[in-house]
Amino acid sequence: MCLAIPMQLTSRTEQEGTCELHGVRRTVSLALCPEAEVGDHVLVHAGYAIGRLDREEAEATLALLDEVLRQELPPGEPGTGPGGSGAGPAGGSAGGGAP
Amino acid sequence: MTGPDPFHDRARTQALGERIRALAAGLPRPVTFMEVCGTHTHAIAAAGLRRTLPPNVRLVAGPGCPVCVTPVDYLDHALALAARPEVTIATFGDLLRVPASRRDSLERASARGADVRIVYSPRDALQFARAHPQRKVVFLAVGFETTMPTIAAALAEAEATGLPNFLILSGSKIIEPPLRALVQDPELRLDGFILPGHVSVILGADFYRFLTEDCRVAAAIVGFAPVDVQQGLVELLEQVRNGAPRVANLYARVVTAAGNRTAQALLDRFFVPADTRWRGLGAIPRSGLVLRPAWAHRDAARLPVELPSPLEPQGCRCGEVLRGTIVPPECPLFDRLCTPEHPVGACMVSSEGSCAAWHRHERHAAEVGR
Amino acid sequence: MNPRDPILLAHGAGGRATDDLVSGRFLPAFDNPFLRTLTDSAVLEPLPPGRPALTTDGFVVDPPVFPGGDLGYLSICGTVNDLAVVGAEPRWLTWALILEEGLDQALLQQIVDGAARAAREAGVLVVAGDTKVVPRGKGDKVFATSSGLGVVPPHVDVGDHRVRPGDVIVASGTLGDHGAVILGSRHGLQSELRSCCAPLGGLVRVLLGSGAEVHAMHDPTRGGVATVCHEVAGRARCRIELDEAALPFRPEALAVCELLGLEPLYLASEGRLLAWVRGEHADVALAALRAHPLGRDAAVIGRVVERTAAALPLVLRTQSGGSRPLDRLTGIDLPRIC
Repeated sequence: MCLAIPMQLTSRTEQEGTCELHGVRRTVSLALCPEAEVGDHVLVHAGYAIGRLDREEAEATLALLDEVLRQELPPGEPGTGPGGSGAGPAGGSAGGGAP
Repeated sequence: MTGPDPFHDRARTQALGERIRALAAGLPRPVTFMEVCGTHTHAIAAAGLRRTLPPNVRLVAGPGCPVCVTPVDYLDHALALAARPEVTIATFGDLLRVPASRRDSLERASARGADVRIVYSPRDALQFARAHPQRKVVFLAVGFETTMPTIAAALAEAEATGLPNFLILSGSKIIEPPLRALVQDPELRLDGFILPGHVSVILGADFYRFLTEDCRVAAAIVGFAPVDVQQGLVELLEQVRNGAPRVANLYARVVTAAGNRTAQALLDRFFVPADTRWRGLGAIPRSGLVLRPAWAHRDAARLPVELPSPLEPQGCRCGEVLRGTIVPPECPLFDRLCTPEHPVGACMVSSEGSCAAWHRHERHAAEVGR
Repeated sequence: MNPRDPILLAHGAGGRATDDLVSGRFLPAFDNPFLRTLTDSAVLEPLPPGRPALTTDGFVVDPPVFPGGDLGYLSICGTVNDLAVVGAEPRWLTWALILEEGLDQALLQQIVDGAARAAREAGVLVVAGDTKVVPRGKGDKVFATSSGLGVVPPHVDVGDHRVRPGDVIVASGTLGDHGAVILGSRHGLQSELRSCCAPLGGLVRVLLGSGAEVHAMHDPTRGGVATVCHEVAGRARCRIELDEAALPFRPEALAVCELLGLEPLYLASEGRLLAWVRGEHADVALAALRAHPLGRDAAVIGRVVERTAAALPLVLRTQSGGSRPLDRLTGIDLPRIC
């Protein structure tokens, strides 16, 4: 029920706008997100835009994630093996890591 | 299908899984984390994430499914209203099959002739009320802080456009009191939370400061892709290892520090916290929202109806599932008397309920060989 | 009676008003020597050699007119396709309507025109019909029932009894477009998506004539691909594995599912074929389908394997490398889709 989908705002009036996802358009209320501008990506929940998607932040989160994966764990940690986490797709352990 | 999505990336998923295992290996004792939001429970089950965790990291599902925590007497009240000839019940689809007392439900009431309509938005209910001025449209306001602002916005629109026949029956819940209660639960001994993503869009990351200052538990706000949840677990493990709990915002692409001020203001305009009962958790002080007295004319609870005495289903252990103290298969009714086709408790009906998620994705784990 | 009047109870009474409907709307649309007799039953010609096949279906789709089709077109295609997928040549159809008092006759004509167009495209004759009118509030504009009679030629033997491990499952095109269009239009979603509704007789003929060994065919209507696969797995006592990465979905159909919280594999398709083909003949089958206008996006979507004692009948191999079971549909998530 917390289903909220990112859609792009393609046009708007004072109260509502048209949002689009992969060619599907719907009318969305902007009552909770009056500052949204045409071209913005917004999160749509139950027919209302509830927030804007910050593309820079999206990229920053991914960059942070990849940075964390590249980091070595502090030395002396049991179970990490030589050279730290060595994270990467080739990193062997098959044990159900992929959902 | 629709192109590669970096948040569903298989390589990152594997790397994060290894990272989690490496961090867990350095823990002095087992840890227990809880994901609070029903949508997270669903996403975690669909990705089979629980199974990939090392044995000393336990991830339990919490009471963040608004349908699951709706008590039986709320449904009874909705059914009593539905029996009034001038009432149209407008509801999100999730509530349709939730059992009320004596195995009744909105679905059955509809078959008996009650006017029950499924809507995807409170605006649909507003539109119906406008088109049918002779009907009293009662919207079943169930949800957390993601959904309640949309209902507040609908009420604002009803007020602004002079629409007298749009009312709500409030069954909403707010997130802070149960979080505090769960932290204090001696059976659970929680070390950290995976915090809800979309509730946080409304409330803002700063809202959860009490988890650090008062409760001293680890916390991370994350999105809904498997990679997001795993990233959250890595963060929680590091907070625990370093003994430095904080609220990490890993969903900054939509969650800001302050949250959605417009939505918060609308909530405050129409609602005020009140003591509320949660299915399975009992009464939690100031844990739900009710309409302020000024909006009494919008409150469907004021319509005169006869309410039966509520009857919880026999043998149902939804409460313990919601608290995270048992997993669904430990309920004796699970997959025997209680199935998605014939649900006994709310946790099995809602698509976000722990029992429904488990039944769909996890009960055949051994067979599927994951 | 004035053709611009709404449908009245008199139109179903069997008197002059009914005659006017028949002679004014139905006969001109479906005209053929059998129907023209207007008698109690159509007495047909002797059947060609082979086994007769008979099917029936009711149609209550809401809304009755949608992008890519209407209830009339859908009802004829649906019946034709039920015959085509068992290997029968569809020949003669019936078409019975239950109309709600007050129905706009322009809408009725649109439905009739749709049915007539479908019959022409499919090369079938509507040889018998009926019209009833129910009081306002006792129906919902128009319901249709259609039965179809065809003949399975002597050399054709298609059915779930022939499905075996090693078979591949081929889909003739993008899935779920019909369901997405219907549900989308009910919930205020607009897009360029159109129902994929179409008669499949020609496509089936091409597939059966391709040289590929075709074991079974189904059209994944109500309940979608997952429901059909569950039924086949049950009847053939096998296990089916579908490949998420190979499933052909239009982005718009997936977007509708995301926005409405639906699962694409349970969405109805109309005018689409699922074929269980001997594994070694997959390429031959694909080539034949893709050469036909209705099969351009044909793809292999899964395979049949042995089912061991405790195994699940239907699983989805996910894009991230895992797999999850696909259960039977519960509840009314997708009402009045066809």
